[in-house]
Amino acid sequence: MTQPLSLAAIVAVCVATLAIGSYGLRISRATSDFYVAGRQVTPWRNASAISGEYLSAASFLGVAGLVYSRGIDMLWFPIGYTMGYLVLLVLIAAPLRRSGAYTLADFAELRLESRRIRGLCSALVVGIGWFYLIPQLQGAGIALRQVTGWPTWVGGTVVSVVVALAVSAGGMRSITLVQAMQYWVKVTAISLPAFILLAVWRADPAAPSLDPATLWVSAGTGPGSGLYATYSTLLALCLGTMGLPHVLVRFYTNPDGRDARRTTVVVLGLLGMFYLFPPVYAALGRAYASRLPEGARTDGIVLLAPHLLLDGTSANLLSALLAGGAFAAFLSTASGLAMSVAGILDQDVARRLLPRFAGEDLPDRLGIRLATVVGLAVPLVVTWLLAPVGLASTVGLAFAVAASTFAPLLALGVWWPRLTTAGATAGLIVGSVTASLAAGATLLGFTSDDSWLALLLAQPAAWSAPLAFVVTIAVSLLTPGAIPPHTRATMARLHTPESLLT
Amino acid sequence: MAEELTEQTRLGDVYVAGLMRAQLRLSASVLLVAALLLGAVPLALAIWPELRLLRVGPIPVLWLVLGLAVYPAAVIGARYYTRASENLEATFVDVIDKT
Repeated sequence: MTQPLSLAAIVAVCVATLAIGSYGLRISRATSDFYVAGRQVTPWRNASAISGEYLSAASFLGVAGLVYSRGIDMLWFPIGYTMGYLVLLVLIAAPLRRSGAYTLADFAELRLESRRIRGLCSALVVGIGWFYLIPQLQGAGIALRQVTGWPTWVGGTVVSVVVALAVSAGGMRSITLVQAMQYWVKVTAISLPAFILLAVWRADPAAPSLDPATLWVSAGTGPGSGLYATYSTLLALCLGTMGLPHVLVRFYTNPDGRDARRTTVVVLGLLGMFYLFPPVYAALGRAYASRLPEGARTDGIVLLAPHLLLDGTSANLLSALLAGGAFAAFLSTASGLAMSVAGILDQDVARRLLPRFAGEDLPDRLGIRLATVVGLAVPLVVTWLLAPVGLASTVGLAFAVAASTFAPLLALGVWWPRLTTAGATAGLIVGSVTASLAAGATLLGFTSDDSWLALLLAQPAAWSAPLAFVVTIAVSLLTPGAIPPHTRATMARLHTPESLLT
Repeated sequence: MAEELTEQTRLGDVYVAGLMRAQLRLSASVLLVAALLLGAVPLALAIWPELRLLRVGPIPVLWLVLGLAVYPAAVIGARYYTRASENLEATFVDVIDKT
């Protein structure tokens, strides 16, 4: 069962990540460097890094798995992942960069002038980050099991350890370099085998038809393809992207607001190029194996596809390339998330608690290292305990929580001068409670039937995000006295081109 | 003049409010067009399921639209927005510099 080539590819990707991480240790000295790479990253490299970080297990394995099992309607997932950046571009890209904030919590504190809301946002960032880390670690488990037969907990543990070492060694500069490289590794790893497999399919005289009408006879039914589910998923992905903790950090590394916009345009192109390929694996997989072999999961269809069309070494080579790419996806997204979560645990928790227990005279990076370990250990333990629900679905729920919390905060914070601290707090609380309860109920399997309630809980964004917007606006209008005193100056800074301010 | 923008003078407020309104109008119209174009597809499929069978040669149109065409369309929309938004800012800078 073990495929030595695939295993070698996975080991190579892990070692390369670690090597570049420790190289970063030598070039990142100051703390600001550690967090945001000194803010000197060009749009193309930054866009590669954003895309490299963003293309996660859900994109590399999950999209093909979903399309394989449920048909063409699942293409709304990659469309939503991409369109999220269009929404981010037109609503917040430049103003957010001009705010000078590099985390969501920084933005909330700066715009609303409240320490309390900062704390609330920090807690939410950690929650969403953990939520999003779970499918990355599950994906690693599925991929490693597919190529070695090892139990699923091994893959998640390997990814956690590599990410912990890389992040605590190098910080953000190395991560920018690693992420930019990871995008090109991933796009090569998914496109090259796709072209080769398509060529094999064309040359095969007995090739099965790739006609979707015959491949997915049942397409158009099932819980994921209803009109409500489609709209709710799209809304979650479009609004959720801007609220993901590891996405916003990258915008701070743009030199100014104009570059932040230009970077986002490149990101849209890079993501679109990547998403052309996962459906190829789904269609080929369907054509050659309408039923999966015993023990295989639909999320593993990308890694399985070469073996359906080819034998021996050539199949193993392609499979190895795909396994390496998949691990690049887990490592890059997980390190971006771990960095965001660890940054908050370090700043808001460790720096307050550590001196109390260990005295003032602490080694330089003890806090961030401890925070990284804790930040990864929690989701890892959860993956050991939870049965996986499906990578793209779990990721979808994390987007729904982000869409119901940070999307209203950011959109209204950037465009609406009458937003008050009370309104923003109320919106964050209502959005996070409703969306996470729905997500929790779905993940724990309380909603396996086909009822409307189950659908509303499995796809909460269509009601929870508008609810959060309405609550934020209504409470703000009811508390006009609580408009932060410097709102006008802050708004001016968010929207004024930098060239006027220097 | 630049200081008036950040230091909350009446005049600065008026200018910034004007820029913000123009930018918000632009953003809202891009979002609206995108939402209408994208949102129409699932609705059309629900009303006319036979659209799924529409093809250009051997390839179903739906695959071409959802798997291919949306991505360049998104890039074109994003480029249009970025240019329009930079133009609004350039006009704003001109006005401020003349004042």
